[in-house]
Amino acid sequence: MSVRGAAFIAGAYEHPLREIPDRTVAQIHAEVAAGALADAGLGFDDVDGYFCAGDAPGFGGLSMADYMGLQLSYVDNTETGGSSYLYHVGHAAAAIAAGKCRVALVTLAGKPRTGGPPPGGAGRFFDAPESGFETFWGIPGAIGGYALAAQRHMYEFGTTSEQLAEIKVAASLHAQHNPNAFLPDPVTVEEVVDSPMICSPLHRLDCCVITDGGGAVVVVAPEVARQLDRTCAKVLGHGEAPKHTANGRIDLTYSGAVWSGPRAFEEAGVTPADVDYASIYDSFTITVMMTLEDLGFCEKGKGGPFVADGALVAPDGRLPFNTDGGGLCNNHPANRGGMTKIIEAVRQIRGEAHPAVQVPDCRIALAHGTGGSLGMRHGSATLILGQEDA
Amino acid sequence: MSSGLPTAEPRPTVENHPYWEGTAQGRLVLPRCTACGTVIWYPRAFCSSCRGTDVEWFEASGRGTIYSFTISHRGQGPWRDVAPYVVAYVELEEGPRVLTNVVGCDPDEVKVAQPVEAVFEPAGEYALLRFAPAGTTS
Repeated sequence: MSVRGAAFIAGAYEHPLREIPDRTVAQIHAEVAAGALADAGLGFDDVDGYFCAGDAPGFGGLSMADYMGLQLSYVDNTETGGSSYLYHVGHAAAAIAAGKCRVALVTLAGKPRTGGPPPGGAGRFFDAPESGFETFWGIPGAIGGYALAAQRHMYEFGTTSEQLAEIKVAASLHAQHNPNAFLPDPVTVEEVVDSPMICSPLHRLDCCVITDGGGAVVVVAPEVARQLDRTCAKVLGHGEAPKHTANGRIDLTYSGAVWSGPRAFEEAGVTPADVDYASIYDSFTITVMMTLEDLGFCEKGKGGPFVADGALVAPDGRLPFNTDGGGLCNNHPANRGGMTKIIEAVRQIRGEAHPAVQVPDCRIALAHGTGGSLGMRHGSATLILGQEDA
Repeated sequence: MSSGLPTAEPRPTVENHPYWEGTAQGRLVLPRCTACGTVIWYPRAFCSSCRGTDVEWFEASGRGTIYSFTISHRGQGPWRDVAPYVVAYVELEEGPRVLTNVVGCDPDEVKVAQPVEAVFEPAGEYALLRFAPAGTTS
């Protein structure tokens, strides 16, 4: 069974704020849910499938179904960190194809910026079987694992800090057109490499932003999509894969995208050359570079030269990416960038990205998520979307 | 030798206690799968290579090379005051790549592929496995 054409994204909504001190996480989930449903022309009573991850409070799907009064025939709390929402769209498409639900709501919300609770699930790390061998070394949050991957990439392939900086520069050129972007000003390669070193070789400007906020999408069955007065994005393909430490033989030079990408491309019946726009998970600049290689947009180890000549800059680069400014400049709500990757891909397919960065006749868009750590274990997911007749 | 880095106290489990008891004696004791011979990391009574559940514990050499590293300039909590410090993956002679700190040298002197050797830093009843440049620990 394939999900190709089995489901459409009919609604998408990104919270406009980046600091939300006066609302609870559950409130923000409900607010973005309402936004995405309104975008689709649907209401809460139409929802029969609900998907959320570790950022949802309490019992996740149970608590939020209760909060929002949802009557559900399907619920899924898949938790793979920031990539969870790309997993959710694939799972929603499969559930719809199997007849388990017809209108699936996926939500994300969190407020790491203004002191809300950290994304749910964090407490579980303390009793993870690996924790006694990973928590003693002062690894300062997420960046440490990505820095280890970046250092190895430089050692094996000669990648430079200036090449990584080009990724931030491209994101910043896009963010200047986004009135909601947290960092709206363009930056230069020099400004990136001159910013303070946080975890070598990654500088402050190699990192994504920390923002409150959230987002939601609504995935519907084809017969529902046909009745809606709204341009939808067709789900063409989905692939997912966790990558782990391989019994202590971790290879830091690739991500789980080497498995999730081919699965998604095969299901969609397209190749990397067919992709008009790509949302690439950008927790750090190295995340983008490795993902571009692993998805086949360039050879392994050639990510540096690939990004160095403006390839990622919309609308004319060879592979316009993260035209909302991405997690690097626009928004990384709840420390999780997967939802905003889907939302900008939907905007591109609909032709509703900012005119300065809209890819002309964007027929095929890719969204990719990397949740967890490139330096240890992570969940990769690749989603390929198309115009309604793709 | 003490690096001065924070040493949180390990909490051994029924599954990994031979590793931790080894550290208390300054020995690197690792599990090896009796079915397929793989040296298992992180220490546990399950081989994720062949799914064997019978392991034997043996003393490893303590020698390795740096597979990758980062110099952290922004520690959190008790690490705030000791930055910059080095977090690394060290590839042991026996195969596994282990997360650790590299100590006993200027962080700016650390390099990928550099030979290192184990040092054990007391942490409560047990000790933490860190590494220093080869030839500097005895």
